[in-house]
Order: sequence, then structure tokens, then C-alpha cells
Amino acid sequence: MPWDSPLVADLKKQYGSGLDAQTYLGQNYLRVDRSLIPNILKQLRDKEQFDYCVDVTAVHYPKRERQFDVLWILYSFSKNERIRVKTEIADGESIPSSVDIWPTTNWLEREAFDMFGIRFEGHPDLKRILLPDGWKGHPLRKDYGIIQQDQEWVQINLGIESGQ
Amino acid sequence: MNDSTVSRLDLDTPEKTYLDANELILNMGPQHPATHGVLRVILRLDGEKVLGLECVIGYLHRGVEKIAEHRTYTMFNPYVDRMDYVAAVSNGLGYCEAVEKLLNIEAPPRANYIRVILTELNRIASHQLWLGTHALDIGAMTPLFYTFRDREEILKIFEKYCGARLTTHAFRIGGCQYETYEGFEKDVKKFVAFVAPKIDEYEELLTTNRIWVERTKKVGTISAKDCIALGVTGPVLRASGVKWDLRKAQPYAAYKQFDFDVPTGQNGDTYDRYLVRMAEMRQSLRIIQQAVDGIPEGPIMAKVSKVIKPAVGEIYHSIEAPKGELGYFIVSDGSTQPYRIRVRPPSFVNLQALDVMCRGQLVADVIAVIGTLDIVLGEVDR
Repeated sequence: MPWDSPLVADLKKQYGSGLDAQTYLGQNYLRVDRSLIPNILKQLRDKEQFDYCVDVTAVHYPKRERQFDVLWILYSFSKNERIRVKTEIADGESIPSSVDIWPTTNWLEREAFDMFGIRFEGHPDLKRILLPDGWKGHPLRKDYGIIQQDQEWVQINLGIESGQ
Repeated sequence: MNDSTVSRLDLDTPEKTYLDANELILNMGPQHPATHGVLRVILRLDGEKVLGLECVIGYLHRGVEKIAEHRTYTMFNPYVDRMDYVAAVSNGLGYCEAVEKLLNIEAPPRANYIRVILTELNRIASHQLWLGTHALDIGAMTPLFYTFRDREEILKIFEKYCGARLTTHAFRIGGCQYETYEGFEKDVKKFVAFVAPKIDEYEELLTTNRIWVERTKKVGTISAKDCIALGVTGPVLRASGVKWDLRKAQPYAAYKQFDFDVPTGQNGDTYDRYLVRMAEMRQSLRIIQQAVDGIPEGPIMAKVSKVIKPAVGEIYHSIEAPKGELGYFIVSDGSTQPYRIRVRPPSFVNLQALDVMCRGQLVADVIAVIGTLDIVLGEVDR
């Protein structure tokens, strides 16, 4: 369902067709063009008071041409309102980091990188966070099997044949 | 070193200190009793002073989000208990409500009351465990015995209700599986009367205790602005003076019907966080008392089909867990298995503030700050 509000009208006037506002089950989200990141995020924080970035994460759709949805969940303390901002990127494409907008995204972006292999440009220290540094593969991609593991890493570092 | 967070210290190395040892890298953990699990911290020190630190996490990573994609919605329910295992009931509540929202159904009032009672009991249990271990880290041994003794009474109620003490799996999508057992109300009321004076007893041990005050006041201070920038939620945010609690801001379950306050602090230091959590336990008791007095009759399960198959779409739902905002982002592709579940863990995000909170403090204070953040590594690593 389309979502209409002064905020959306404002953003549409500025960014035009690069943006689509929807609402589902009472929750609002914006689908934006990748080129609008990070400007639109900056604007949401500064002008629309979305001062708290709740989460940054991604979803993998291997059948799509642009395989990844990257999304930001934002909250505004003064308005008590939540929105999601979503954008699509292709495999191997990078996306500007938002660490200088919300410092909290530092670890969240590292986790998205660790799990999906999405590169956040301008991140101060983009490296794996939950998996060991030398691990190969990104487990939350759909083509990564549920019992798959980096056999070589396990053998070298743990001294066992297999983790299973 | 992780210097991305707002540094409040001039990080220039001093000219020459004792023994010429200007900077020392010290490794702490992952096997360290004061890290509350397996957390590794790499400290950069000048003598006793912390110049900066980096957390190394992931030792407990079990791939919960990957597992979710290979289970049905119902099958995934018990897994969430194993993230924040000291507040399993809260995890279950968040997950069940998120799926209910995605299905566009609501749990019946009676189920919501039972949910509130158990979740608030769990909040007290979680805070008791935090207090005991935090005080033990700082050197006060007695509170641990007091809090564990009293926490046992909560676990007994859980056990009588659903057969499990810690990983309870107390709720189902659509309500609760179990009706309350006979004498549940009596047990809960007895517990409220029993534990209220015990909380005073903990406070008697610590609140004016000179050692406790010296070790916690002005230690690990964080401002409200830094908290918001770093996404820190829960008691840590409130102790810095932000009166924000999801139970009030965006009420879920039956919280709208109860009268309770949101305690806040002013200084954002370890002592204020201690006071806020103590006050929260008392508020939880107030909620439990009201809920158990007004528990309505009626069904405990909404009409949910045996096979849960939400329509294509996505939802984000979050609750106020004992540690902060616990959120679930669920994407459905219309099948019986979730396409993606993302857990927004409060401990993970709060732990990021450790660097900011410890800069300029002493090594011994790092222990106090880890304790006051109230992290559970099972949730940090998932």
C-alpha cells in the first residue's frame, strides 16, 4: 500500500522518482535508489529527527538481478516513529557507509559484511565480526548451505577433520 | 584499534612514564570470569589508564539467523530462548509477537496478562543475576548469594508453569500453550510479598556502601547524546537521563493497562545504572501485582492455523527486554519457513559503547563497566 505523509511529499519533491514510499501492516518504509544513499539518510537524521539507527541489515534474493536488499531501521525519539529505508544493490557492488551519520552502524555494518559480503565504502574498520578473520564465505547468503563450513580453516585452526 | 567512536580523550601518548613503557597492549579473555561468558577485549594501556580497547566477539556464534531460514515459524520458537538465556521469556515474547504481527492476529487478553506476568518475573530474575555477578566482579561477594537465593523462587514458578527453568519456551505464536497451574496467582502474589523486602536488603548492602560507591560513581560515564549516537538502549540509556521505555513508547502485550514509572538517572555512570535497575525491579513488582489482580478469564490462544504461512511481506517488531530494545525483523516469502529473520540484539549494540565508556578509566574499571552493561554473550554472538 502506498504511504502518504508530509515527510514523503517533501522527499518526493526533492528526489522524484528515485523513491517509493509504502506501508505494510502499519509499518512504513521507503524504497530508495542506491544513488540516494547516504544523502537521504543524512537528511532523515538532520531534518526529520531520526536520530537513532536501530539496525542495519540485508536480505539476499539470489534470483534477482540486484541480489541484495540493504536496509536501515530508524527511530525518532521526538516523534516516536519508526521507518525503514531499503535499497537494492548487485552482488559485488558496494554501498556508502553510514558510520559518520550514526556511529552505532559500525558493528552493524561489519556484521552485514561478515554475513553477506556487502562492502560498506568509507567504513573505518570493515572486517569480520562474528566469524574468524580468515574464514571463507558469507553464511547468510542463500547459496551457503546450512551445514557448510570452511573446512580448511577448521582443519588448520582447530586441528580436527571436520566441525560436524 | 577501533577509533571510530567519538573519542573523549586526548589519545596522545605521554612523554615518558615509569620504565619507559608508554603503551602496553593487554589481552583480556576470552576465558575470563569477569567477561560474563567468552568476550575478548584487547586493551591499549598507559600504565593503569585505558587509552582504548577493541572487543573481539563471535566465540558463541551458532548461526541462529541461518537456522531460522531452515525451520518453520513454530520450530524456530525454542531457538530464540538460547540467545539471551537469562531472559528467555522476553526473547520468546518478542518473537511470538513479531510473528503474530506478521500474521495480523492478536493474542487474547488473558494470554497477554500471563505473558506480562512471566516477562516481568523474568526481568527481575535477569536483573538479580546481573546484580549478583556485577557485585561479585567488583568484590562484593554476599549479594550473589542473596540474589541467587531469591531468583530461585522465580525459576520455581517457571518450572511449575511450563516445566523448564531457564530456556522456558513459555509462549506460542498466538498466545500461550499452557493454562496457569492451580495456585499460580497465589504463588506469584507470595513471591511479590517475599521479594519486595529482599530488594531493600540488596540496597542496604550496596547503596551506601563506601567501597561500592567508590568503585561505581563516575565510572564508565556515558552521556545521553553518546548513548543515542551509539544506539544504546535499556537501563543504560535511561541511567543517562533519557526517559524512554518501549513498554511506554510503543506499548505491546497488555502494558497499556498498567500503571508504572520509568526510572531514570542523571549522571550516566555505573552507580546510576545500578540505581535504575534496582528501581526497575520495584516497578516490575508493581506491574506483576496489577496484572495478577486483574487477570481476565477467557481463552489463551487466538485462532491460529496449524500450519503457519504468513502472506508475503516483512515486519519489524521490538520489545523492551531487560537489556534494551530487542527487535525481530522477519521477511516472509509466503511459505511455511521464514525467508529471513534478523534479530536486533540489545547486548550486541550496547557492547559497542564499551570503548567510549572505558577510555580514561583504570583497568579495574573495565571489569565494572562490562558488568554494568549487562551483556549476555549468547545474545551478542547469536
